[in-house]
Amino acid sequence: MSQGTLSSPVAPAVVSPQSTLRRLARRNSTVAFLLTLPLILLVLGLVVYPFFYALYLATLNKRMTRFIGWDNFTFLFGRQTFWDVVFQSVLFAVSAVVLKALIGFILAHVLHALPAKGQRKWRGMLLVPWVIPPAISTLAWWWLFDPSYSAFNWALMGIGVDPVPWLGTSGWARFSVILVNVWYGSPFFMIMYLAALKSVPDQLYEAAAIDGATGWQKLRFVTFPMMRNIISITVLFSLIVTFANFDIVRILTNGGPLDSTHVFATYAFQVGIQSGDIPLGATISLFMFPLLAVFAIFILRGVNRRNKEMA
Amino acid sequence: MAQVTLRKVVKAYDGGVQAVKGIDLDIADHEFVVLVGPSGCGKSTTLRMIAGLEEISDGEIAIGGRVVNDVPPRDRDIAMVFQNYALYPHMTVFDNMAFGLMLRKFDKAEIKRRVDNAARILEIGPLLERKPKALSGGQRQRVAMGRAIVRDPKVFLFDEPLSNLDAKLRVQMRTEIKKVHQTVRTTTIYVTHDQVEAMTLADRVVVMNGGIIEQVGPPQELYHNPKTRFVAGFIGSPAMNFIPGRLENGAGALRIHLPGDIVLPVPAERTDRYKALAGREILFGIRPEHLTEAKNLDRPHVAPMTATPEVTEPMGMETLVHFKIQGAEICGRVDPGASAHPGRPLPMAVDMSNMHILDPQSGRVL
Amino acid sequence: MSATAATSTYTPVERKQGSLKRERRWAMIGAYIALAVFVVFFMMPPFHMLMTSLKSSGEIADLSGNPWLVSAPTLQNYWELMTEGNYLIHFRNSIIVTACTVAITMVISTLAAFALARMKFWGSTTLATGVFLTYLVPETLLFIPMFQIIGGLGLYNNLWAMVLIFPTMTVPFCTWIMIGYFASIPKELDEAALIDGAGHLQMLWKIFIPVALPGILAAMIFAFTVSWAAFIYPIAFLVSSDQMVLTVGIVSDLIRADTFQWGKIMAGALMAALPPLLVYAFLMDYYIAGLTAGATKG
Ligand SMILES: Nc1ncnc2c1ncn2[C@@H]1O[C@H](COP(=O)(O)OP(=O)(O)OP(=O)(O)O)[C@@H](O)[C@H]1O
Ligand SMILES: [Mg+2]
Repeated sequence: MSQGTLSSPVAPAVVSPQSTLRRLARRNSTVAFLLTLPLILLVLGLVVYPFFYALYLATLNKRMTRFIGWDNFTFLFGRQTFWDVVFQSVLFAVSAVVLKALIGFILAHVLHALPAKGQRKWRGMLLVPWVIPPAISTLAWWWLFDPSYSAFNWALMGIGVDPVPWLGTSGWARFSVILVNVWYGSPFFMIMYLAALKSVPDQLYEAAAIDGATGWQKLRFVTFPMMRNIISITVLFSLIVTFANFDIVRILTNGGPLDSTHVFATYAFQVGIQSGDIPLGATISLFMFPLLAVFAIFILRGVNRRNKEMA
Repeated sequence: MAQVTLRKVVKAYDGGVQAVKGIDLDIADHEFVVLVGPSGCGKSTTLRMIAGLEEISDGEIAIGGRVVNDVPPRDRDIAMVFQNYALYPHMTVFDNMAFGLMLRKFDKAEIKRRVDNAARILEIGPLLERKPKALSGGQRQRVAMGRAIVRDPKVFLFDEPLSNLDAKLRVQMRTEIKKVHQTVRTTTIYVTHDQVEAMTLADRVVVMNGGIIEQVGPPQELYHNPKTRFVAGFIGSPAMNFIPGRLENGAGALRIHLPGDIVLPVPAERTDRYKALAGREILFGIRPEHLTEAKNLDRPHVAPMTATPEVTEPMGMETLVHFKIQGAEICGRVDPGASAHPGRPLPMAVDMSNMHILDPQSGRVL
Repeated sequence: MSATAATSTYTPVERKQGSLKRERRWAMIGAYIALAVFVVFFMMPPFHMLMTSLKSSGEIADLSGNPWLVSAPTLQNYWELMTEGNYLIHFRNSIIVTACTVAITMVISTLAAFALARMKFWGSTTLATGVFLTYLVPETLLFIPMFQIIGGLGLYNNLWAMVLIFPTMTVPFCTWIMIGYFASIPKELDEAALIDGAGHLQMLWKIFIPVALPGILAAMIFAFTVSWAAFIYPIAFLVSSDQMVLTVGIVSDLIRADTFQWGKIMAGALMAALPPLLVYAFLMDYYIAGLTAGATKG
């Protein structure tokens, strides 16, 4: 070993380095544990515990005095209303998300094509529905759908169309709750896509143009592949949120007419809170879990892939 | 101020990579030591262990006589300048420099005095109220140094502080760092992979390779007396030429036989040193600056040689000529007036007093 | 001959260029029309809300008038909300709950994100993934057991129950995006601070928080928005008007049996929408960053 010898050798260390190092490392992770402790407590106490508590509740009878096993589940399977709720929840989530994704995609493209100066202003206006709390904006829609004072019907009558029973018949009520959800959620898709569009480097389009791609081909071979991840993650997120939606349906129809617009959340609310059958309500809301879990797995996979790509 | 001592220091990363494989080093008070070596040789790791940013896997590090293995960075009384400067982006230049003092509870007046003093040394007085974003690369570099100076620590640690600067600024800041060291005289450990920086700045250079120290010494000594093939090849630019050959004892004098029937006499004063090696395969080492156009041939230690350049590179004050001796790439430095042309034989001179003889197996300089 | 040939080859080129330009102009016009249609669609409810809120109850009830326009604007609805009834109490409750939620959220998630981003410890990656999964659990899945838990704690119909529960909707997401923001701070910055003598909390407070301030602001805005808009927990757990927050208070107070005081409902809703709208108007970029980061980053 080559070395200079300009100074005297070091006095031998007294402490054993290994043990102190361990202590140091342990102190570090103690600090880390303390810092994450509030988070852990919150998640355990107010998310994980309620979840398992719901599982427990679902096995009790209505007055919560007796263990009844799967009876709540089998009871629900035998009810037509429950199957209507399943159907409506899926219809609501899928059609709303498809429409939101479509409108968001169109708007993002239109905005992206605008000169940068005007873009901000338009974007600002288009995002307004997404900024107003849905429980508040739905009140405005409720008023717009009012059976006798509907401002829409007034306008329709002006052009000679018969008034529409917006919330009065099953079909129209289903349409209306989807419409309001689309109104509220499209801006979110728009802003996500816009961010994705902006992240596609211009050179790619220029290269594609030089390679002779038409506008449609650019969309097909450049834009879509580059945005695929964001599109899928946004869609999955939105599916979860839309599927679990409560505010809009609760305010507009409260499930009516004839339970035709109930989704899981509102049905669980009606059964569990309003009618006081807590176990049955818990059972209903638990039915959301398997579907949401599937979505979540897909999201997680997408996120991991993104992280890997970015790394 | 203090001396720094490393004893059998080892660093093994979690993955099992041994980045530093047991190094010993003594750094004297006020000394400016440069760690140099190729990328990945463990320079940064060594420096970061001295700083306390990496745990020491084995061995001991002492600063000022105190073993600091288990001392956290803040209590080691060191200051460090990072390659990307690591200035706090939300603080003004003044606050950046004052931060360490503030955390150590210096009073306001003392902080101001020290910052102003450092700002004067580094000539950044007018920048004190700016944020790092509003500074040029060179100015940021100065602030990073100012942050180290104000602390008046026992040791300065620099990790490639100049490699984010353009070539011209780098030369300028190099001088600046040297000036600062001459002013404050703090023990300094400086990491770079640029051997010119190492040669110009260092009191002593530590050449590292593959996690071990190859050689320690003043720049001139490393240049003239490298101990290994690695050091010989790493220090100096263009690098030293190595030509395989034989050492022969003929007519009472030692001779080096190189491929292509080149025979070079070993200077008389070195005969004793190499006598025992006669008849062995050796590696002949010669720096390009000692392989010139034919001149001084009357001197006893200068031997003639003819080569046919394949490529010539005019550099202005000299011309580099590249040729081959039996596959070995050789470079020489000739006077621009020597009319070196590719493909035309050129008479050259070998300054045998500056030659090196290496063991081809171990790579040691014999 | 050659001259005519030249012109005949020349003209089509010119025409083609002209048509390209015209095509682009039409595309722009189409874009603006599409935008205008959607802006009308998007702004219709708030606009109608504003118009209704400025009408007297007589004008609202008058079926012969134009519901989209107001003929005799009056601030009476606003005035009545301010002077009588519980509207101001609801507003105050919303502010209390939101302020507490934001504060609690920021403390919990900043501390946790700092630890998860910078200190590798046993189970830290699992915890980070767990946090993300928690964020995916909607509150509509948990409100029934939560109803029992809150009842068990004796917090039923109590404003402070909201302060306890709302962080479950905000903390996971805020922690998640703040891990991202903190992770993007160069490691040398903490090392410099470490050498300068900073401890863990000083590093967090003096370096991480100021450097990641835009991210923290975005997270705060997210917590604010979620807390202000929360609906299912208040409607399930709050029954007396003095404990209610805006999202449930407006309807519960202004609808008595079958009399809908639409003017006041709309005025109240509009004022309730104002805080998020103002935050949005002044901090649009942070707002968007905060509410989209979850899906872009993860
Ligand atoms: N955190 C780490 N985990 C595992 N291996 C590491 C880590 N940091 C560095 N290494 C490895 O240790 C060796 C030495 O790294 P070090 O950073 O000290 O090199 P260096 O001499 O500073 O090189 P450079 O000139 O490129 O900065 C390298 O092989 C590197 O890959
Ligand atoms: Mg390095």
